[in-house]
Amino acid sequence: MSTPLLLAVLLLLTAAAFEFGRRRALHLAGPEFRTLHSLPRYYGSFTALWCALPALVLLGTWLAFEDEIITSLVVADLPATYQSLSEPELNLIINDLRNQLSGNVVSQELSPDMQAAAEHYGSLRATSKAAMAVIFLSVAMLGMGLAWRKIAPNFWARNRVEAIIKVLLIICSTLAIFTTIGIVLSVLFESIRFFQAVPVFDFLFGLEWSPQTAIREDQVGSSGAFGAVPLFAGTLLISFIAMLVAAPIGLTSAIYLSEYSHPRFRATAKPLLEILAGIPTVVYGFFAALTVAPLLRNVGTYFGLDVSSESALAAGLVMGIMIIPFVSSISDDVINAVPQSLRDGSLALGSTQSEMIRKVVLPAALPGIVGGLLLAISRAIGETMIVVMAAGLAAKLTVNPLEAVTTVTVQIVTLLVGDQEFDSPKTLAAFALGLMLFLVTLALNVIALYVVRKYREQYE
Amino acid sequence: MTMTTADKIQAGLKKRYAAERRFRSYGLVSVTIGLAALLFLFMSIIGKGYTAFQQTYLKLDVQFDEAIIDPQATRDPQTLARADYGKLIKKTMRERFPDVKNRRDKRKLYKLASPGAVFIIQDMVRKDPELIGTTQTIWVPADDDVDMFIKGYINRDDPESARRLKDKEIAWIDALAATGSLEKRFNKTFFTAGDSREPELAGIWGAVVGSFYTLLVTLVLSFPIGVATAVYLQEFAPRNRWTDLIEVNINNLAAVPSIVFGLLGLSVFLNFMALPRSAPLVGGLVLSLMTLPTVIIASRASLQSVPPSIREGALGMGASQMQMIAHHVLPLAMPGMLTGTIIGMARALGESAPLLMIGMVAFIVNIPEGPLDPSTVLPVQIYLWADTPERAFVERTSAATLVLLAFLVAMNGAAVWLRKRFEQRW
Repeated sequence: MSTPLLLAVLLLLTAAAFEFGRRRALHLAGPEFRTLHSLPRYYGSFTALWCALPALVLLGTWLAFEDEIITSLVVADLPATYQSLSEPELNLIINDLRNQLSGNVVSQELSPDMQAAAEHYGSLRATSKAAMAVIFLSVAMLGMGLAWRKIAPNFWARNRVEAIIKVLLIICSTLAIFTTIGIVLSVLFESIRFFQAVPVFDFLFGLEWSPQTAIREDQVGSSGAFGAVPLFAGTLLISFIAMLVAAPIGLTSAIYLSEYSHPRFRATAKPLLEILAGIPTVVYGFFAALTVAPLLRNVGTYFGLDVSSESALAAGLVMGIMIIPFVSSISDDVINAVPQSLRDGSLALGSTQSEMIRKVVLPAALPGIVGGLLLAISRAIGETMIVVMAAGLAAKLTVNPLEAVTTVTVQIVTLLVGDQEFDSPKTLAAFALGLMLFLVTLALNVIALYVVRKYREQYE
Repeated sequence: MTMTTADKIQAGLKKRYAAERRFRSYGLVSVTIGLAALLFLFMSIIGKGYTAFQQTYLKLDVQFDEAIIDPQATRDPQTLARADYGKLIKKTMRERFPDVKNRRDKRKLYKLASPGAVFIIQDMVRKDPELIGTTQTIWVPADDDVDMFIKGYINRDDPESARRLKDKEIAWIDALAATGSLEKRFNKTFFTAGDSREPELAGIWGAVVGSFYTLLVTLVLSFPIGVATAVYLQEFAPRNRWTDLIEVNINNLAAVPSIVFGLLGLSVFLNFMALPRSAPLVGGLVLSLMTLPTVIIASRASLQSVPPSIREGALGMGASQMQMIAHHVLPLAMPGMLTGTIIGMARALGESAPLLMIGMVAFIVNIPEGPLDPSTVLPVQIYLWADTPERAFVERTSAATLVLLAFLVAMNGAAVWLRKRFEQRW
């Protein structure tokens, strides 16, 4: 039976288990149903949970390990000539077997040995499927039966059910931790493999980036250099331009909207500005590449400047526009958190409103604003689509915003889109870049959150 | 004469008021710049994209010649499927312009009709073999260059070498247009077809369906898990190091660059778990990890806003903590949770960077039929089309962007409506 079908059967069984459990509780209690410890539906839920949960756990484990076990069994039965093959070659053969089974094209004519192995593979798969269905259903029935037998009028069904649900809630809440661990492990493992091929020092401080490695020894012009400094420089340049746009505009508009503007103007302008944060980044990328970049180029030609068609300036400007609402909404929060008494005191001493804002509100809000700017910078560094579409691929070490530069995220995308071989430093380099990106943004976020939180506590 | 303090203040006032006005105008200018950028963005996309909702069609009087389609008159479906319908179109075009003799010119002439015209005729014959032997007037999509010319994107005053259409072709188009054989119609293909290399045959339906499956997986995973996490952290969790760790983790995940989630998806879901590449299932898994923090944070805020009196009332009536939450707190917090989830979904719908990592950038013509079929999503389709050189894809990219933005506006509108409709002030 296929997995969806099994799940459907399990659903039916669970519904039946609920009903059985409920009826049994009522039946055992007889006419004196008030002697039941819990409401009848809790007895039903108890039986149903015991029916479904163990079976689901089993199904998950089975599906996770099935393929690996079958493959190792097939490999163990292959003739000795195949056993001595290297791992990639062996993988190729396994792939051939799988393709043969699913009727796809195979890379080579299969020898009789291989035919036999393919059949063996197929039969193992069928056996595993059948066994899984049988065991799965028996576990469901067994769970249901055990729970059913436990039911008695003085059985604390509600407490049991609530305990199970609470465990499920706890499991859900740990997912965030597992995600972080998953991210760290997945980038770390591949990065370590990368640093075995390329020394860390060369990666962090090398000035040349050309990830094309030679396939043959004698190939020209693809030596493969993994110095990431040009990428870091490009990322910083674009983020700097973006912050140059977003920080003043975001901050002053937040000040204007929270301190000066008419409430009705604020009520329309603020959501409109926040639309900027909701527009998908790919739309910004398209806008940067097709509208802003040609515009800058034309303006540049008019002034006799040579603006390349993919420039750091275009990407940075558009990214800055995207970040405006981040800066303005965080600044807005922070400014609003400054107590009114400070404002009143300042105004009472005769300062104008702008003096009050500049000399009292802003200094008081400064830590929060800095935290917000750090978050915005981390956002700019991690932004992908705009730079992929508008910043270019040339790893040049330059501070000229009119030239094309490349960034960490662009390189991750170009290295990983398309065919990947997980044994070449070219692919692994993407993970090393990902590790750098993760660490830098993590540090920025932790500092920013710490600053913002510290600051909030100050006025609460 | 010495100045009194009042005089000093009086003397500085003018300057201070000027500074005040200046400071105020900075703010207004900033807000204006922000709004102007928004307006410019929308204008540029609408301006480039609205023409894609129309497509130029070419009228052909096709003679369904039996000698070409089915010389043996067997009406065998195999023969009908394999027949050379291109010949019919070529013949029609030749008859329309009998004075085109040169082979090169002829080839150019044939190219005025889209390559998709062949399939339209094939489809007609397959549905109704009776058509063979008759002459039918049909409208087929014109080639993208013709379309661009009719829409005015190719300027006939440019030097011939700089145009994609040469003088001869323009003359043919003029002749066709003069007899009413070219017409702009609503571009249905754009909304019903999958991707294609030919702009006039390319559509967004495949990407829309891919997005739908991806979001479905995201919703099914992130909503229950997010709500469960929020309930645990807000209602049950003791304040200790462990729950602090979970909270710090959630806050940090909310700020991790989306592309890093793509790396996670690539190495865990594709390499380690060996799930299929380019599948909405994997896309949904990655996006749900990404949207979880949003859902959790919104759900917690929503739970927090339920007043203690409700909880105490329920507990006072003898409900257990779990009953209090399930029967009273959760229903009251649900609108807020749904609002947060919709906003998270809207963000997931617009996300493309992590999906590039897990292979959802492939060129896929077929409409996916389930969450395991290879597919792409709307924002990635925009990315793919933005990369193509044809002028006709520019307007389609913009139009796809408009569709994406329309979905986002609808989702955010739903969230706002939900908030307004069920908002309770305690």
